[in-house]
Amino acid sequence: MSDAFISGVVVFVLAAFVGFEVIRRVPATLHTPLMSGANAISGITIVGAIIAAAVGSGWVAGVLGFLAVVFAMINVVGGFLVTDRMLEMFKKLPGRPR
Amino acid sequence: MIELAYLTAGVLFIIGLKGLTSPVTARRGNRIAAIGMLVAAATAVIDLVDLDVGAKWGIVIGGVVVGGAIGAVLALRVQMTDMPQLVAAFNGFGGGASALVAATAIIASASTMATETSVTTALSLVIGTITLTGSFIAFGKLQGIITGRPVGMPGGRATNATIAAATVLSAGAAIATGNDVLYWVSGGLAAVLGFTAVMPIGGADMPVVISLLNSLSGIAAAMAGFVIGNQALIVGGALVGAAGLILTIEMSVAMNRSIANVLFSGFGGGPVDTEIGTKPVKRATADDAAIALAYAQRVGIVPGYGLAVAQAQHAVRDLAKALEARDIEVYYAIHPVAGRMPGHMNVLLAEADISYELLLDLDHANPKMAQTDVILVVGANDVINPSAKTDPTSPIYGMPILDVDLAKTTIVVKRSLAPGFAGIDNPLFYEEGTLMYFADAKQALEETLAAVERL
Repeated sequence: MSDAFISGVVVFVLAAFVGFEVIRRVPATLHTPLMSGANAISGITIVGAIIAAAVGSGWVAGVLGFLAVVFAMINVVGGFLVTDRMLEMFKKLPGRPR
Repeated sequence: MIELAYLTAGVLFIIGLKGLTSPVTARRGNRIAAIGMLVAAATAVIDLVDLDVGAKWGIVIGGVVVGGAIGAVLALRVQMTDMPQLVAAFNGFGGGASALVAATAIIASASTMATETSVTTALSLVIGTITLTGSFIAFGKLQGIITGRPVGMPGGRATNATIAAATVLSAGAAIATGNDVLYWVSGGLAAVLGFTAVMPIGGADMPVVISLLNSLSGIAAAMAGFVIGNQALIVGGALVGAAGLILTIEMSVAMNRSIANVLFSGFGGGPVDTEIGTKPVKRATADDAAIALAYAQRVGIVPGYGLAVAQAQHAVRDLAKALEARDIEVYYAIHPVAGRMPGHMNVLLAEADISYELLLDLDHANPKMAQTDVILVVGANDVINPSAKTDPTSPIYGMPILDVDLAKTTIVVKRSLAPGFAGIDNPLFYEEGTLMYFADAKQALEETLAAVERL
């Protein structure tokens, strides 16, 4: 196995643990925004989609690359925007100091 | 440098998610994560320009514009009550994008890949495709295009197990031989599996399904990261995989069922209890409800999926405001699986300008029940069914519930005595202190408000 693959596995495991520790503390009231926000982050595959669309050769690869970018962009733009829309609505009780 | 930029994106994702641990910092956190995404995408573009590989920018820009526009329109136009199906759809697009990235890698170099790359390519293709079709079935069920009842597949679990085994075998053969046709076979089988696995799962189990698909979309992205050797995808994907898994576990615990039971049991498809409706209940009118509420000192409101269906979040807010104006303390008790996705009720009530500080989860609401004069249940059923505590033969026995029977009076707003998703009767409805108000949630709340104002 290549060094790059091994270091990728290390990064994956560490990130999963960090994710567990951070996300465990998200209160139930924010579970929907957490899900849609995390969902937007899974759109990070946009990086792979951009590369695939840019360097693919032949029309099949071109079509698949184009669709990959479209799907990932729906995920990224839609996910972050709708999460922002939701979080804007979460309000403290009026008149209470932080 | 490029590696460092991708690392920065990963760090911004973690900081962003950390922001989501409090409603005060959540919005900023989401924006920080979005900036991380921008950094990652810009880095990919800069890297491609730098490598000077004759990149096909037309395709990239076209995809960015089309996808971005679709995503923005969907996000800005969606009703808050429809949020579960939108998140399901977004999960599907994310999984589909990762599967497509794997597909382009297969076209480019299936026969020359190192073994570890073929493994991650096959995983990205299969998991991404299951996420794609599974999410769109979930979307269809939540949108009402497909029935929310469990739909059994011919052969049931054996069919799913066979398709799953065939998917794994064909993917294994593709990895071993580097034959691209075998990859497409495994991808096709995965598409069928997503369909047959989600169809038998009922609507009220969707919080678990959406959470799990969320997790899978992250894992598919991480696998795609291995395929193209990109650490930002690996970090982002792992974070989402963890987030989805935590929610999946929390939702299962809230129903006292294992993840396997939710996914494979076809829960809610059983026969409906035939004794329902044969015993007498105390019926209430708007005036009865208004009198009980207006002369209480503390009122708890328990929202359920019926509130979302009736779009009654603003009506409930108006009634609560009228009660608060009479110096009555009002709080909201929210069960973790109320609605169709984790936190569904909280978002609806937030939309109606109800502060999150008044929304209590199970652990904070139950200790207050005994000191509550009136509990107003709006469109919830199984999450307040005392059989979960008292009847070991009940299918929901052991599920943590909101102890509304501890309150002095419980008013249940419901369209009829029809059972909830579990198909079982609710003994709470026949208790001495329970008033049944048969009406649509929104109509009932508006009529009760009018009656309160007449007092």
